[in-house]
Amino acid sequence: MLRLLNLELQKLLLNRTSKILIFVSFVLPFTVLILSSIKINFFGFFTLELGELGIFNFPIIWHITTFFASQFKFFFAIVVVSMIGNEYSNKTLKQNLIDGLSKKEFILSKFYTIVFFSLVATLLIAVASFFIGLYYSSYTEASIIIRETDFLVAYFVKLVGFFSLCLFFGMLVKRSAFALAFLFILYILEWIAFGIISWQANMDVAEKIQNFFPLKSMYKLIDQPFQRVMMTKFPDKADLMYDYAVHWHEIAIVLCWTALFIFLSYRLLKKRDL
Amino acid sequence: MEPILSINNLTKKFGYLTAVKDLSFTINKGNVYGILGPNGSGKSTTLGIVLNVVNKTTGDFKWFNGTVSTHNALKKVGAIIERPNFYPYMTAAQNLKLVCKIKGVNYSKIDEKLEIVNLLDRKDHKFSTYSLGMKQRLAIASALLNDPEILILDEPTNGLDPQGIHQIRQIIKDIAGEGTTILLASHLLDEVEKVCSHVVVLRKGEKLYSGRVDEMISSHGFFELKCENQEQLLTYLESNPDFGTVKVENQIITAFLNEPMDAVTFNKLMFEKGIVLSHLVKRKESLEEQFLQLTDKL
Repeated sequence: MLRLLNLELQKLLLNRTSKILIFVSFVLPFTVLILSSIKINFFGFFTLELGELGIFNFPIIWHITTFFASQFKFFFAIVVVSMIGNEYSNKTLKQNLIDGLSKKEFILSKFYTIVFFSLVATLLIAVASFFIGLYYSSYTEASIIIRETDFLVAYFVKLVGFFSLCLFFGMLVKRSAFALAFLFILYILEWIAFGIISWQANMDVAEKIQNFFPLKSMYKLIDQPFQRVMMTKFPDKADLMYDYAVHWHEIAIVLCWTALFIFLSYRLLKKRDL
Repeated sequence: MEPILSINNLTKKFGYLTAVKDLSFTINKGNVYGILGPNGSGKSTTLGIVLNVVNKTTGDFKWFNGTVSTHNALKKVGAIIERPNFYPYMTAAQNLKLVCKIKGVNYSKIDEKLEIVNLLDRKDHKFSTYSLGMKQRLAIASALLNDPEILILDEPTNGLDPQGIHQIRQIIKDIAGEGTTILLASHLLDEVEKVCSHVVVLRKGEKLYSGRVDEMISSHGFFELKCENQEQLLTYLESNPDFGTVKVENQIITAFLNEPMDAVTFNKLMFEKGIVLSHLVKRKESLEEQFLQLTDKL
């Protein structure tokens, strides 16, 4: 396993473009997070301090940071599709197989890399959130800090799932740009399917089915936190109530998709003449 | 003899096209094999199948008597197919390091093999800055990294300039001289003739011949003759049952043998008949002539 990871890391880290993209995908969410956590003084007119809003309180901070950090997953998604696209365009995939890598090992080396980067991203967010939380939060008891750390699990699963989808699209179309276009097409298709179902049946059924779609199920893992922030400001407004928690069945759906995408990528490679 | 690769009734279909048809042959240790065939005869497809990049339709193949899985067997094989494929953004040494990681070879081999192909001074230059000849030599270094039991080369001199071709051939000869088994696919016959001891001839995916180069067609060779009294010589040759076809071209008489006969015997015979030769050469058909005879038969 380490051998396969090591192999892929060499391919990625010696490539300047992917090195920059990986760097950006880690550094950008951080910069945003840290910038938002400091007090910004707008030339003496007014000061903006997001911490005052209570969004950096435990346990809600886990929800906020993972939600915003996951918006930056697109940068690493480009790395994932290009690491497949490059293997095809340089014909190095063929050479790797001839040199004695099995098709299974090839897919696994990509998958391990995805898991590795998702893990690193999750750990970094966890550490950063923890310290910002300690600084701003009104409550710092261990039991409150620990609460809702399942958002970190959801964040990890979300990244792995999303990158596995990118891996599959990369294997399917062999070209990085087309693979990214496919992601966009899938996004539109999911909404069209949602539209058709809600027109044929009703909104409720459509929403339930939509939660099983690949992109939507990944999104559902970490619901938007805005409504929740509003709820803390206006606790008496009952119509703002919604279910924002991470559920095990949501994780299970995404894990199923992940397994399916990896399996399909393998099948695709196995059947293909290179 | 110890078989390295045996192929049994291998068939590959691309849709309606049959690229390889019921092919069987065995590669034994220590020999240098050539796979001959015109373009599109299924050479590269056959190599692709045994190298795990093309899926077979039916039939099977076994590496090292089938004792190891294909991808593990390939770690003991060195192969170059068509064009050198490396990561353009890595240097030569980094590319070879990656191959070492795949094959499970010690990094110390990198410099040793780069030395063999004369690329040691360029080892820290990016692959994308290499000329085609250098890329091809790097591919050979990469294929040699694991000290392979068999070296597979598919058109290794394609697209190279004369110097490049000469360098590659010299490297192949050196490697063959060390006793490494080599499988060389090419449509350049003189190339195969210069290095190979055995050949497999393919045409439209079918095997026409496999065996030693010099036994490819049952021929005893021919004499090229010249003498003052051409008429007398021709009459004699036509009356002698040991000779088959006799051709005259540019004053040179070419007489094909039906029975084995060496030049000394023939010269003595001529002298006894009172025919004095001014030119006598005994030759065998070149591989090119043999190949054309074989492929034209069908």
